[in-house]
Amino acid sequence: METSLPFCLPWLAGKTAAAELKDRPESSFPLARRYADEMIAHAREEAPNECCGILAGPANEGRVKKLYRGINAEKSPVRYNIDPQQLLSIHEETEAKGWAILGIYHSHTHTEASPSATDVRLAFWPDSIYLIISLKQPGEPVIRAFSIRDGQIEEKQVAIGG
Amino acid sequence: MAVEVRLPMILQKVAGGAKTVKVEGKSIREVFDNLEKNHPGFASRLFDNEGNLNHFIMVYVNNEDIRLQRGMQTELKDGDVITLLPAMAGGEDCCR
Repeated sequence: METSLPFCLPWLAGKTAAAELKDRPESSFPLARRYADEMIAHAREEAPNECCGILAGPANEGRVKKLYRGINAEKSPVRYNIDPQQLLSIHEETEAKGWAILGIYHSHTHTEASPSATDVRLAFWPDSIYLIISLKQPGEPVIRAFSIRDGQIEEKQVAIGG
Repeated sequence: MAVEVRLPMILQKVAGGAKTVKVEGKSIREVFDNLEKNHPGFASRLFDNEGNLNHFIMVYVNNEDIRLQRGMQTELKDGDVITLLPAMAGGEDCCR
């Protein structure tokens, strides 16, 4: 379904101006290397459009057990919006497993791996971590992770493991 | 006639922390009207200033997107399950 992103939800309106990005990560987001590699591969395959997807796993463990490649309904180099029907399917599957949506990832193909004003305005999943893959330096992709709650941004260190 | 409405985390606080609520209604419109009566505050989160369903709220009836059905006029039957999910969206720039 073709969609556009001209609006924001009212309970987050006006929050963006207050957004602050702290200089130093205060906690970490554990991620197996295979998932980091998969996100980068996904970003490269979708370029110049943005890729998007979901990382899920048991909430009590906080460990990613599955990566879902999202379908970007926007098919855009500057926007992403996970296909609504796919989003529901993934949500239902994770609920059935007793999992949580631990991370939501997307790529920035030409800018830094930092949340844009749009990313903050549309961050409607406050309990998930937002991961951004930057392909600004194509040979040196960067992944950074952020908590975004009520317009407040807090970086998490991406702890790559085995 | 009651249906079950499953709420995302971001809307659960309006319902006092409940993950699901039972609501009366024969259409999505009636269900949302009753949601607002039972839990004031829903309408301002679900609709824009012109009364249209917010673009970033996904509404599904028995796993079917209402935007692919009759939207707010989608008819319901007893026991239907309505799921509300916020969009997962963003990007480098949406408004230039």
